[in-house]
Amino acid sequence: MIDKKFKIANKIFKSRLIVGTGKYKSFNECAKAIKISGADIVTVAVRRVNISNKNKARLMDYIDPKKITYLPNTAGCFTAEDAIRTLRLAREIGGWKLVKLEVLGDKKNLFPEMIETLRSTELLTKEGFKVMVYCNDDPLMAKRLENAGAVAIMPLAAPIGSGLGIQNKVNIRIIRKQTKLPLIIDAGIGQASDATIAMELGCDGVLINTAIAKARDPIQMAESMKLAVISGRKSFLSGRINPNLFGSASTTNKGII
Amino acid sequence: MNIKNKIKIIVNGKQMQITPKFSLKSLIIKLKMPLNKIAIELNKEIIDKRKISKTQLKKGDKIEIVHFIGGG
Repeated sequence: MIDKKFKIANKIFKSRLIVGTGKYKSFNECAKAIKISGADIVTVAVRRVNISNKNKARLMDYIDPKKITYLPNTAGCFTAEDAIRTLRLAREIGGWKLVKLEVLGDKKNLFPEMIETLRSTELLTKEGFKVMVYCNDDPLMAKRLENAGAVAIMPLAAPIGSGLGIQNKVNIRIIRKQTKLPLIIDAGIGQASDATIAMELGCDGVLINTAIAKARDPIQMAESMKLAVISGRKSFLSGRINPNLFGSASTTNKGII
Repeated sequence: MNIKNKIKIIVNGKQMQITPKFSLKSLIIKLKMPLNKIAIELNKEIIDKRKISKTQLKKGDKIEIVHFIGGG
């Protein structure tokens, strides 16, 4: 079966794996992991330049934004105003309109603050941003985000950086059924099989940062995640067999001696 | 330059002293910032990078210079 293109806000991307650029030991390691992951979108954050150390290495020197799509995020924002300020700055750096909105509600669990997230989605969309929205795995909220103009729904699998894998498959399946927007699992992936499960549930993509960056071997894990996403997608498209409580012999009894 | 003629501004949360009639462009040059990799806010207003030479800094100005870093 030929897969349909992975399209976000009318732009086609080759890889269904989106990779975060945080938490790596070095920019060099980050760049290598991204390369082997095959990702053509990477998330990035907006922060103050270190003015006292002018020669410090910069992300843009290692990952060329002309070759790979930068997806600016709003990490660390707790209100719609913070998020909008951050993304306006991101747009000013280089004209990015495709953004990842992430408005958090509490510092411990890093859960999204959905009321502020919804408000931000409306405001940013009105300002011409194409907003990919990190959200809870709540089908009703996902619908509201869609109505507010989100270009992708990105529910968590589990808390950011937790590596717990998909905790609520039912909700993800319900969100999948109700939306034609790109559905991307964002946060909570721990290992390759989690990414595969996300894709088998019918998600369009997976966004992974910590599970790659903090693996013992991030480069190899990046490749593993690439294969996991491809594998899960092919598995989903191939149509699994119906699960059955009883056995069904693979070998015919015909001609048995 | 007499110290009395210097004015204080805040850049990325840190106090800096500049001479009067210092433009935002002069500040960016002084800090050796690559213009194509940053965005600039002056008193919470984003400044069009094409207009920084015309922007004069004044006492108490708060400037934020940001760039992209690794994030998830």
